[in-house]
Amino acid sequence: MSLGCMSNIAKTIEAVWKIESTRLIAAIARVTRDIGIAEELAQDALVTALEVWPEEGIPDNPAAWLMKAARRRAIDSLRRGRMLVQKHEELARELEWQEQRLGDALEHSLDQVIDDDVLRLIFTACHPVLAVEGRIALTLRLIGGLTTAEIARAFLVPEKTLGQRISRAKKTLSEAHVPFETPSGDELRRRVESVLLVVYLIFNEGYTATEGDEWMRAALSEEALRLGRMLRQLLPGESEVHALVALMELQGSRERARRGKNGQAVLLPDQDRSLWDHAQIQRGMTALEQAQRLGGGAKPYALQAAIAACHMRARTAEETDWDRIVLLYDALLQINPSPIVALNRAVAVGMVQGPAAGLDAVDAAAALAGDSALPGYHLFPSVRGDLLMKMGRLAEAREEIQRAMAMTKNLREQELLANRLKQLEKADFSG
Amino acid sequence: MPQYLVAGYLPDDFDPSQMDEAVGREIHALNKEMIAAGVRKFACGLGAAKSLRGQADGGVLITDGPYLEAKEHIGGFWILECADMDEALAWARKGVAATRGQVEVREIFFNPAPD
Repeated sequence: MSLGCMSNIAKTIEAVWKIESTRLIAAIARVTRDIGIAEELAQDALVTALEVWPEEGIPDNPAAWLMKAARRRAIDSLRRGRMLVQKHEELARELEWQEQRLGDALEHSLDQVIDDDVLRLIFTACHPVLAVEGRIALTLRLIGGLTTAEIARAFLVPEKTLGQRISRAKKTLSEAHVPFETPSGDELRRRVESVLLVVYLIFNEGYTATEGDEWMRAALSEEALRLGRMLRQLLPGESEVHALVALMELQGSRERARRGKNGQAVLLPDQDRSLWDHAQIQRGMTALEQAQRLGGGAKPYALQAAIAACHMRARTAEETDWDRIVLLYDALLQINPSPIVALNRAVAVGMVQGPAAGLDAVDAAAALAGDSALPGYHLFPSVRGDLLMKMGRLAEAREEIQRAMAMTKNLREQELLANRLKQLEKADFSG
Repeated sequence: MPQYLVAGYLPDDFDPSQMDEAVGREIHALNKEMIAAGVRKFACGLGAAKSLRGQADGGVLITDGPYLEAKEHIGGFWILECADMDEALAWARKGVAATRGQVEVREIFFNPAPD
């Protein structure tokens, strides 16, 4: 092995881990029936690899090597437990038998690992018994193969906090005796929803970068897309899986157009559409068609993807089919009567029926929010400010935009709002 | 996400009917694994090559056999979507193990849009 290769060995191990860890954990979990233990054994195997591989080189079959190391650790820990009960001969025999069985089972589990194991792993990591943030962390860790440090960096929490979050989630799963299985029937629907929510939250965390490490956040969006594509292979009959992939592809295709030369945010109407990734748009459209073919066109992710598709089809902002967008939001609002959906609908209504109608719709959306929901949701005053500006009610518009500025911590958002204020001042002066 | 060409090389006189059954099974398993991991965009095995050479008079000469003279030629390839070259290499490593052959990895630098 050349020196050049030696210096890259850590990166090689990392890459091997990224592609092998999911199946490794899934295969061990099939035997241990506990994804927490499976993850620890796999992690131990990785630690051993990090010690041994730089010395001895990458083995021909890294997955089998890691499995063997995990198996050794499993038997070791069984033995350690056995030391405590050595005195009882019967128990010792029982343990010996267990040890043999565990060893055999692990020996063969990697050969038989099938997509179902990976699917079981995803369903277990996204189990509704866990808090949403626990599901996200566990999914990135177990299926995404991300390190605790990477996940912590992406979510701007201390590594220790993230580590605790993961161990708490594993403990909850273990205590709730969550079975390592793919649910069926009605339960499947509910559980697929939870998985999709987790994937979409990961995507959004990356996509709507509120603050922090942009590189890590881009990695999150890509990871979410990969999870989505993986799920599509595993659950090809679920229309909403295709729809979520469509939604993420269509939103992701605008990535290059969302930042200006100086890194400032560029909103949809002002984006240079030639920067959109047309191959990705094509993939998104195909996925959306698949969701619709499966009869899921009226489900939440399909509707959101259809709205995104309306934007992507328009060659200029003026060509956007806002009538259709309002209809799609109407349908979405029926299934998901959330203030955010209502606010987005209000923007579309403003485009179709004019700013006064839009303003009424914003107020209706705010009423839907009531007092409790969305404290600090700066988009309400921001949209209101926009509409008031179009109506020429400049003093009120200025007030709303200032209110929005006070409500967001995101520097890019503040920049956008500050620009809006400048425009207002100009309009005021010339008017 | 970048895409990579992972091309497998076979000896010139390769005869698929003589391929070890275990190799076939392993390649099949690797393909399933790539699909389950969401990285595989495309995969194929290639048939015999015809070569086309432009002539000085502007005509084209078609001959049997690959264009380059070598002992081994591309027998099939994967198009994979990976986070980076390291991940593509990790998959290619598995490709080497499954095919018992030689594998070459190249990043696909551009991918013209259909319109």
